[in-house]
Amino acid sequence: MLFSPIHPMHIPDGFLSTMISVIFWVISILALAIALKRVGKDLGERQMPLMGVLAAAIFAGQMLNFTVAGGTSGHLLGATLATILLGPWAAVIVMTTVVSIQALIFQDGGLLALGTNLFNMGIIGVTVSYFIYTSIMKMARSKSWGIFAGGGVAAWFSIVIASLAAALQLALSGTSPANIAIPAMGGIHMLIGIGEALITVGALVFLYSARRDLLHIDEAEPKGGKAIWIGGLAIAAFLAILSPLASAHPDGLEWVAEQNGFLEAVRAPLYNIVPDYIFPGISNQNLATIVAGIFGVLLVFGVALGVAFLRRGQSNQIHEHPQQD
Amino acid sequence: MHIHFLDPYRPLRSPIHSLDARIKFVLTVAFILTASLTPVAAWPVYIFLLAVLLVVEILSGLGIGYVLKRALLALPFVLAALPVIFTIKGEVLFEFHIGAWLFTASAEGLSRFVSVALKSWLSVQAAIVLAASTQFPELLQAMRAVGIPRLLVGMFGLTWRYLFVLVDEALRLMRARMARSGQSGEPGRKPGGSIAWRAQMAGGMAGNLFLRAFERSDRIYVAMLSRGYDGEVRTLPLPAFSGLNWLTLMAGVFFLGILLIFGTLLWG
Repeated sequence: MLFSPIHPMHIPDGFLSTMISVIFWVISILALAIALKRVGKDLGERQMPLMGVLAAAIFAGQMLNFTVAGGTSGHLLGATLATILLGPWAAVIVMTTVVSIQALIFQDGGLLALGTNLFNMGIIGVTVSYFIYTSIMKMARSKSWGIFAGGGVAAWFSIVIASLAAALQLALSGTSPANIAIPAMGGIHMLIGIGEALITVGALVFLYSARRDLLHIDEAEPKGGKAIWIGGLAIAAFLAILSPLASAHPDGLEWVAEQNGFLEAVRAPLYNIVPDYIFPGISNQNLATIVAGIFGVLLVFGVALGVAFLRRGQSNQIHEHPQQD
Repeated sequence: MHIHFLDPYRPLRSPIHSLDARIKFVLTVAFILTASLTPVAAWPVYIFLLAVLLVVEILSGLGIGYVLKRALLALPFVLAALPVIFTIKGEVLFEFHIGAWLFTASAEGLSRFVSVALKSWLSVQAAIVLAASTQFPELLQAMRAVGIPRLLVGMFGLTWRYLFVLVDEALRLMRARMARSGQSGEPGRKPGGSIAWRAQMAGGMAGNLFLRAFERSDRIYVAMLSRGYDGEVRTLPLPAFSGLNWLTLMAGVFFLGILLIFGTLLWG
């Protein structure tokens, strides 16, 4: 398998409630609209091919893994590298491109969930990277150790904070309880983040020795940089404080999740119209309904397989004769 | 080296392949939205959606097996939803102990878990059919037609075009690393160096890849300039959307809408 099948950060469709999906679509579209406007205005025509090819490079760069232990490997998401190389606005667009193509073509993350994934990997990944990297660079007075320390720390935090956001979104959707999702996602990504940090530093070391000019070390802050810096700080602080709280008191989140299901209560009377369907041999009615549901799925599936099999038989017959056209 | 294996498009002749990409794009999104909005435990609706999907898969000539194999990709994520079986309170199905912990599975929890897994499975299949039956340039047209900004669609197109080139570059880098460090395919043989060293090597390769991307983008830019590029993304006008296309689109949306209303009223 070329691409690791497990990207815990790319949420597939079905796991988020429609409400959460729509909310994060709106946020992501707004942020993206601002970024598009900025890139269109501030950056030259030169940026367009650069961003496109760099997005392709990030995509390809995600294949460059290294063995950690027992079949696991570290690899790159790339938000931090994109932020350092292109600046925050263009990085948002590059990450949007990468994450969108992953969803559209490789089903790595869902389509309805794409707004949420864009928010986590594009917007959080870039703003948190930018905030941490520029802060450390300021402390280091743009010395070379600031680039490497800043890049590494930013890469680690961008992964971990984005994973906390994903866990919170899953908990708010009522898909995964907060007190399990947050420690699990956070814990896994604290490890994955180390791989991301190591590769990012490795890449920065290489670029520092080969093409120092690409790292924009002494350049002035881009326009709107302050706003992104504050945004990164706010997101990082908010998620870092909220996650342990939510994970210690999951009831609060579950209350919100229950609100999404309030329609169930409203429409309860209608439920009585539907005749009860019970699967024979199972006395527990709730369980019987679930089993009946799964049975129905299998039945439809079996019929479809049968039809497909018949069709295959036909097409094989056609292929036995050499085609003349 | 050609890496067509990355491109999920399967060139076949089928009614699904020849359908206008705009219809396919909108209906796929509508299908996924319907699956998402369908209430928990509305089993007949899920079954109906699956039936529609399987019909499309058979019509498209892709085969159910192909779609299912690719759909496995989203499977590991189901683990994230597994705990809800035990955390949602409701009618007790069964209990078991692991050490000092008591796990109580509820019918409501199981309903939610199976629903989430089904929704995810349906959605990922729909997305696979779209990607496998539509060429990327057509998909770009569809995205432009639904109002995604030109600059962004242009970026998608550029990225797609150079994706294969840069994946080739990455594969060459990896082959070179394998040749240098004498990595063995034998199980039990450890790769060389410490983890930090290996990570730094991978990082150097990533840096190298980025550098090559930068330099390539320079050449691409010059080539674009020489063909008259002035910073504006220009596109051909979209082909006309026929009355029959409108009818197909509306019929699809109408059908999904009816299914959704039916599901929400009865099981919501």
